[in-house]
Amino acid sequence: MSTLGPSFIELSNLRVGFDGIEVLHDITLTIAKGEAVGFVGESGCGKSVTWLAALGLLPGKAQVTGSVRLDGEELRGASHRLLERVRGGRIAIIFQDPSSSLNPVLRVGRQITEAVRLHRSLTVHDAKAEAVRLMDMVGIPDARRRFDLYPHEFSGGQCQRLMIAMALAGQPDYLIADEPTTALDATIQAQILDLLNELRAETGMATIFISHDLGAVAQVCDRVCVMYAGRIVEEGRTADLFDHPRHPYTRGLFDAIPRLNAPRRRLLPIPGMVPSAKDMPSGCAFSPRCPNAVAACLEAPPQLGGLTAGRRLACYQPMPSLSGLGLTETAKLPRYATP
Amino acid sequence: MVRFMLGRLLRAFITIIAVVTFAFVVLRMSGDPSQVMLGPDAPQDAVDAFRHRWGLDQPLWVQYFAYVRSILTGDFGVSMRDHASALGLVLQRVPATLQLTLPAMALKLFLGIPAGVYAALNRDSTTDRAVILLSVLGFTIPSFVMGLLLVLIFSVMLGVLPSGGQDTWVHGILPTLTLAIGGIGILARFSRSAMIEVLTQHYVRTASAKGMSWRNVVWRHALPNAALPIVTLVGFMVGSLIAGAVVVESIFSWPGIGRLLIVSVSNRDLAVVQCILLVIAATMVVSNLLVDLAYGWLDPRLAARRH
Ligand SMILES: Nc1ncnc2c1ncn2[C@@H]1O[C@H](COP(=O)(O)OP(=O)(O)OP(=O)(O)O)[C@@H](O)[C@H]1O
Ligand SMILES: [Mg+2]
Repeated sequence: MSTLGPSFIELSNLRVGFDGIEVLHDITLTIAKGEAVGFVGESGCGKSVTWLAALGLLPGKAQVTGSVRLDGEELRGASHRLLERVRGGRIAIIFQDPSSSLNPVLRVGRQITEAVRLHRSLTVHDAKAEAVRLMDMVGIPDARRRFDLYPHEFSGGQCQRLMIAMALAGQPDYLIADEPTTALDATIQAQILDLLNELRAETGMATIFISHDLGAVAQVCDRVCVMYAGRIVEEGRTADLFDHPRHPYTRGLFDAIPRLNAPRRRLLPIPGMVPSAKDMPSGCAFSPRCPNAVAACLEAPPQLGGLTAGRRLACYQPMPSLSGLGLTETAKLPRYATP
Repeated sequence: MVRFMLGRLLRAFITIIAVVTFAFVVLRMSGDPSQVMLGPDAPQDAVDAFRHRWGLDQPLWVQYFAYVRSILTGDFGVSMRDHASALGLVLQRVPATLQLTLPAMALKLFLGIPAGVYAALNRDSTTDRAVILLSVLGFTIPSFVMGLLLVLIFSVMLGVLPSGGQDTWVHGILPTLTLAIGGIGILARFSRSAMIEVLTQHYVRTASAKGMSWRNVVWRHALPNAALPIVTLVGFMVGSLIAGAVVVESIFSWPGIGRLLIVSVSNRDLAVVQCILLVIAATMVVSNLLVDLAYGWLDPRLAARRH
């Protein structure tokens, strides 16, 4: 990392295990204030666990080691007081399933007001006014009147907007969006992505964007980390990475998505399955599925190393650096139509 | 909401009618009061006079309609033994029963729910295991066994508490405990699983993620949700405030409704038995209505569905 802003999150050697089985291995990564970083990878690769671990939100049985620093201050094992100030106040998070993420028996206005009051010393009255303003800002029509409704009286997309309003309540520097659009239908997805982009432009808040959806990632992020079986296997600036994927897994991900504006061709899903955390191969976790695998790949997992500026890769047999993907710009990736 | 409540009231009314009818028929089919009241050797003309006096010589349906007409006008009949008002006899026993069941209810609520919630919050700890073990013991031991065990320990072996009678409040301790233990166990077990279920919900994680202290997450976000299933169970318990002490009152010779019921059934004192069953059915029905109201108030999703 060459340019660190004044504020940054730093994960180093972060590992997470459940019941003695390690599911997240040695994550090292820095995110600066104002950045938008995407995390992609197949289901179960550890995208959510990474960020839940960073905020100390995993269930008690999870064994977390390594370090999570915010502006140099260690969060792992930190006091409740520090963690409670950071959560929502410095780093906020929104989740995949907005409808079940809101408390069904509490009025939405109250849930947002509560978040405002946790991080800002406002009177009840001012906090309520602020909550209405936030609801307005995230695009809830008629916010004042709907302040006293319950979550079941909102659609999924509106619930996600409410979650975003709640996340903004503490004026955080970082917003983790964990698959914020997966549970929503396509037009609503596009609206939520637009909202996230707008908010980032307005507030300068960094966005950590977790998604299966490469198109959405391209639309939101400056930088992308590709994860596989609990490791970051490739990282780079969005345009660079999308144009020249070096890890065979990244390449495989791109081959598996349909292109709307390219000549029709067969989609090539990556053959095989992600190995389960219990019987991880001793070498590179991707080797059983990898077209390039050689003997060395079966021995020890490759380390994530610097490649060129802003680019990291964990692979013994990368794709050639100018792989003929025929892509020269990210614009060729599918984008959502914005109405 | 109004339509919903009207539906519930109608259902309550039908329930009560069903109980009344069932009790009426079964009681009249299961033995002749004249045999019990006058003794097996009573002369035939005395028996006939008795049956005529109480209308037992009429066809069943005539008796039934006469009975329904009288209870609709607020007349619950009189005891065949001493002609005392049946309702009076029953109401006179209610305080004695409540003297046992109300404190028992309080014990269930104030020990059972906190124990269960505490166990859920400290899952797999020693305390949690102890709560599970004790609550299983509490609700698997039948109350007559539990009552006898307590008598054995506290009256016979230790000699510190009386085993029967109603002279002072001290006499109420063992029967109250006997009544409470099973309910404490059930409520602890039930609150524990309700709370564990709620703690895995996403909105609990959301509340923590916004920087709320765990204590407030539990009080403001988890408990109001866990309360929903618990209220149902508590409703059932409230419904048995009158009827729930039959066995215990017998063991401890406590002069409540339960004892009156047993004595009246064995005497075939029809009006009294019917009146007791009516009062029991009415308490259950009322507590069900209260549960419904509480539910509508606690769970906004339900209120919406009712409109
Ligand atoms: N509470 C838990 N207990 C046990 N294992 C868990 C728990 N949470 C996550 N895991 C395991 O950790 C691994 C990573 O899970 P994670 O939820 O981070 O995946 P993900 O990349 O977010 O997937 P998805 O795209 O489906 O959300 C998985 O193998 C999962 O089974
Ligand atoms: Mg996830």
